[in-house]
Amino acid sequence: MALVIPKETYSGKIYNVQLGAGAKAVTIGGASALPFLAFEGAFPNKPAVALEIMDIAPDDWPETVKKAVGGAGASPAKWAKFCQDNGADMVALRLMGTHPDQQNKSAEEAAKVAAEVAAAVDIPLIILGSGHAEKDTQVLQAAAAATRGKNCAIGKAVEENYKTVAAAAMANDHKLIAMSQLDVNLAKQLNILLTQMGFAKERIIMDPMSSALGYGLEYTYSVIERIRQAALLQNDPMMQTPVMCDIGANVWKVKEVMAPDADVPEWGGLEDRALAWEVITASGMLTAGADMLIMRHPGAAGKIKELIAELMG
Amino acid sequence: MLIIGEKISVIAKKVREALQKHEPKPLQELAVAQAKAGAHFIDVSIGPAEENGPELMDWAVKVVHEVVHKPLCLDTTNIKAMEAGLKAHNNTWGAPIINSTSNEPERFPMMELAGKYNAKIIALTLGKGSIPADAEDRCVIAAEIMARGMEYGVPMENIFLDPLILQICTMQDQGRQAIRAIKMFQQLNDPPMQSVVGLSNISNGAPKHVRPVINRNFLAMLIYEGLSAAIIDPLDKDMMDTVKTVEMIMGKTMYAHSYLDM
Repeated sequence: MALVIPKETYSGKIYNVQLGAGAKAVTIGGASALPFLAFEGAFPNKPAVALEIMDIAPDDWPETVKKAVGGAGASPAKWAKFCQDNGADMVALRLMGTHPDQQNKSAEEAAKVAAEVAAAVDIPLIILGSGHAEKDTQVLQAAAAATRGKNCAIGKAVEENYKTVAAAAMANDHKLIAMSQLDVNLAKQLNILLTQMGFAKERIIMDPMSSALGYGLEYTYSVIERIRQAALLQNDPMMQTPVMCDIGANVWKVKEVMAPDADVPEWGGLEDRALAWEVITASGMLTAGADMLIMRHPGAAGKIKELIAELMG
Repeated sequence: MLIIGEKISVIAKKVREALQKHEPKPLQELAVAQAKAGAHFIDVSIGPAEENGPELMDWAVKVVHEVVHKPLCLDTTNIKAMEAGLKAHNNTWGAPIINSTSNEPERFPMMELAGKYNAKIIALTLGKGSIPADAEDRCVIAAEIMARGMEYGVPMENIFLDPLILQICTMQDQGRQAIRAIKMFQQLNDPPMQSVVGLSNISNGAPKHVRPVINRNFLAMLIYEGLSAAIIDPLDKDMMDTVKTVEMIMGKTMYAHSYLDM
């Protein structure tokens, strides 16, 4: 008797979310089956890979990735262009300089940088605050207004500031990144709260909180997997938003991407090891169901794009 | 679980008058409110309608479909009226449900209609003569109905077995028997047979303030045993909260603090 591969039937589907405008606009989501199971459903869009830039120079990034960015890191607009030229699907601008513990730059300064970056590239733009929930409300409001019409993804909206951040995205026709802390139920709750304030659920991108290989990757994996099951198998409309993973910021702070060859010869060469750490973390998130990745090393991003191309046939 | 909204019923004075006078508004208002509250099907009960059955059902189906794009549950004992309703039904939004057949010979033609129009059908496990004594009795009747369904070319997944809910105040053991039947029905076929109840009958005859309490708790127990559908009032928020809570506890929906708002 011929072997019949059992197939799952799905009742739900991930929303399509478009970012950017014009010829270089990118759509993510749309999946109607668990990741890469092309024999069970449709995958109209490839997962998108964004390269991360900042409004300040990457002085505190580890050498390996700083070297890969090179002189471009000196100016956000140049850096963005560098990402676009290096094959990124999107640019993610993290306004780290606005953090009170960093350079405490003003919202106006952040908005100016955001506008410059938006003008420098024609691929979609993701605009992230520094992660300081209170300061981010002013920073993201100003940056969202300065990039109106560019159809960016603005974030991250968290429990403490979601109303203001969502209002800024709504008022300027942007999409929203909503982050919860590694908890499926809180992720759903945040999406419900956003929907109840009038933000369309089809405009939300979910960030379940990422982690690096060896530092809790498996928790993020399980959370994304559970979100996808609720979205596709239980047809839960609140869980059907695309998922974004913030890879680079988590990877490029662990000891494995920094320890010099001389200290740990048994770990292999630093260059390859560090790059592989970001690639493996990203590939794990892809297989869990991520629709969009933010990465730092252009070489690692290139490898992931190859992997995506192979998996999507 | 599928919710069949019960509000458009000839038993209600407002609906009865609207049916008599062919006034669409009361029907349409009830249909819209129930759909909004989460009903998957809208029951349209016109009673026996001996004089003008076919014409009345045709009118009622069209009037409801004008405002609600959901499948309907057609409720009448009049065979001709049922057929008129099936013809008028717009299947774009899903197949209708015939409410209902049973093991009584005068209800056999309903099963024939289900085959002819590829409709879903509610099958009361009630035969000629007395009411079923227990869950086992209900299963025997169910098996006979299923065999008749096969004869008429009705796929088993289109049949919703109804264990016949009787009033708890005079037949206390029958509530428990109905719950057992819901569990046993599922074993009659693979994939499991679907089931449905006309819930509020359980509390008929009980004092008004007690009825919703009995209804809600009974429903929770039935869902736990695997009930597929219920004919209830979706405008009853406590009732809908019970459905949502049981489904959440059973793991069918994901918990969030605001799950009752969804």
